[in-house]
Amino acid sequence: MYKLTDVKKDYPKGRQTVHALQGVDLEIADGEWMAIQGPTGHGKSTLLQILGGLDRATSGSVLLDGTDLTRLGEGSMTKTRATTIGFIFQTFNLIPTLTAQENVETALVPLGVSGESRKARAAEALASVGLADRARHLPSELSGGQQQRVAIARALVKEPKVLLADEPTGNLDEDTRDEIIALLEKLWQDKGLSMVMVTHDSSVARRAQRLGTMRNGKLTVKQKVV
Amino acid sequence: MFFTYLWRELRRRARQAIFIAIGLALGIGLVITVTAAAAGVKNAQASVLHSLYGVGTDITVTKAPSTSSNADGGFGFSFKQGVGTASRPKAGSKIDDNTLASDSTLSSVTAADVTSISKLDNVAAAAGGLTLTDRTVTGTVPSFNTGSSGSGGGGFGGGGGGGTTGGGFTGGGTSTFKTNSFVVSGVDLANGELGPLSTGTVSSGRTFTSADATKDVALVDSSYATTEKLKVGSTIDIGNSKAAATKFTVVGIVTEPAGDDSTNVYIPLTVAQSLSGLKNDVNTIYVSATSGSDITSVADAITKSVPGVTITDQDTLASQVTGSISSASSLANNLGKWLAIAVLIAAFLLASLLTMSAVSRRIREFGTLKALGWKSRRVVFQVMGESIAIGIVGGAIGVGLGFLGAAAVGHFAHPLTASLGTANTGSATPGGARAFTGGGGFGGAGGGTGRTGGGFTGGFTHAAANAVPTVTEHLTAPVTLEAVLAAVILAVLGGLIAGSFGGWRAARLRPAAALSKVA
Repeated sequence: MYKLTDVKKDYPKGRQTVHALQGVDLEIADGEWMAIQGPTGHGKSTLLQILGGLDRATSGSVLLDGTDLTRLGEGSMTKTRATTIGFIFQTFNLIPTLTAQENVETALVPLGVSGESRKARAAEALASVGLADRARHLPSELSGGQQQRVAIARALVKEPKVLLADEPTGNLDEDTRDEIIALLEKLWQDKGLSMVMVTHDSSVARRAQRLGTMRNGKLTVKQKVV
Repeated sequence: MFFTYLWRELRRRARQAIFIAIGLALGIGLVITVTAAAAGVKNAQASVLHSLYGVGTDITVTKAPSTSSNADGGFGFSFKQGVGTASRPKAGSKIDDNTLASDSTLSSVTAADVTSISKLDNVAAAAGGLTLTDRTVTGTVPSFNTGSSGSGGGGFGGGGGGGTTGGGFTGGGTSTFKTNSFVVSGVDLANGELGPLSTGTVSSGRTFTSADATKDVALVDSSYATTEKLKVGSTIDIGNSKAAATKFTVVGIVTEPAGDDSTNVYIPLTVAQSLSGLKNDVNTIYVSATSGSDITSVADAITKSVPGVTITDQDTLASQVTGSISSASSLANNLGKWLAIAVLIAAFLLASLLTMSAVSRRIREFGTLKALGWKSRRVVFQVMGESIAIGIVGGAIGVGLGFLGAAAVGHFAHPLTASLGTANTGSATPGGARAFTGGGGFGGAGGGTGRTGGGFTGGFTHAAANAVPTVTEHLTAPVTLEAVLAAVILAVLGGLIAGSFGGWRAARLRPAAALSKVA
């Protein structure tokens, strides 16, 4: 699935240059679930953004199914995000003016899916996360857990190969966290996804197949969990 | 999805959207109101010019007299403008002169020029006219007190020239002379739709027929008829170049629009030419172009065809209009226009700033959409669509405000007054401002040096009064379809400008940067 070789990411911060990633080498297999932990500001989210084509590496190569994302043009990168990669964010990032159903539909818009088909697929995705009865609710009318479920439905409705989750339970209480993780685990198993999850929560990280730790821009894979 | 998202977003920030829309509406409403007011003023001007200028006439062609020809511009009863004797009349002798002469501010052009102009490209028709002044002086010559060093013979001003103490009548204005003066226009009966009669309507009697071409018949202006107690069937004395009168029968009374030219009596052109000794000459040519857009090219062609003439069209005539209509025109075209533009620019800026501000607040939203695979272009369209929708709403409100403003202008505006030209301008206007200054007088300045030389103050009062006609017009402010279309275009343009700024900002967002800013 992924093969990262000596990936570096620098960006300017004032007069200084921050070396967010300092030579990351990583391989992620198809259908693998990997968790990444580490202190704040040590490059976890940067790594996730580079994996998702939201940002570009300064050097090195990021192969996704053999395609080097660092060499893709903006249009191809956008298309890759639209078709292959699903995102889940800590803050859910739902469009506040759109209903749950419409939020899920936004992921199908760039794929050119027609209105009726879009509605049907979005409804199906919402049903798969247990929110069929909340389709017409605005995000502000949903709890945090429900909002994250909508976000998960939005990420999965286009049937991506990869799901990238950035602190997906960071804003949730423990019970809701467990519900969400259980849901993600189920979907991961059912759909055969590759999943990379950045998390501070060790109890969540332990459920992944592999655990990586980012520190000072360097990744070490410490253990492998079955 | 596009419209759903757009509508929901506008609803979410309804207050801001309404604020922007009202700003645009005010600008657009002002543009429509000012445009309508300007159109109303233009219509009023056109109406004024129409009455002053003549139906169907697009251009008048005249020729200003040379300076030397002005020098003999005095009233010529005593010395008969060079046609009579130059000797001084004896004291006690009777004077009864009725002279018909060309207007002193207009020089003659030949009838051949009328023909050549009528054959020019884009000329629909051309007609000649002859504006003449009939002056009658009757009385007894008093004893003279000749000037001590006047080189020009002194006397009645006319043509004296240069005398330091020009002579005059002893006793000044105590003489028994009676004077009368009126304006006579020769009308080309073959082209009745053009020329001095074109604006008039026959209120009693009849108008000219082709059979009248050589007859001594006249139409009389209704105001003059009232003053002189003339009616159909009356006779009126009109002089000739030799100071002898001919009796004309009044066949009709003509009512001219308010402010029309100063013609008092209309006679057939051929007869006028014969009496004034200006056979085959005219002093005004009325030209109708085939279309309004051809007026400029026709004017140029006339200038080349007949060198030395003065071309007057509605634009040049409009520049001579004074009075509140002129002030209103200036107000609408200057202050109003710039005020509307200023408000519109302010509205555009406001809309742009608020849109950019809204985009700034939606960075996470756009970053998320980009992360989901939305192209920058789609995000930009979404932002621009919202702005254009606000612009259209603002435009619709603005059109309504514009109609209200235009109605208010029509309802509350004071009637406009217009005066055309000033005396002695040498204007080519067929009538109006080409009269005498009315200066001088018996025992006045003596040897005149030109057209301001002596004149009978009383005798020319009528002409002078007619020289600056005033017309009152009610101001309407018509909103044209073009103005409404322009408003809609402006509204969409406002939305586009605002949306472009916002869209540009949204397009520049890198998804990672957008998401990291809010993470």
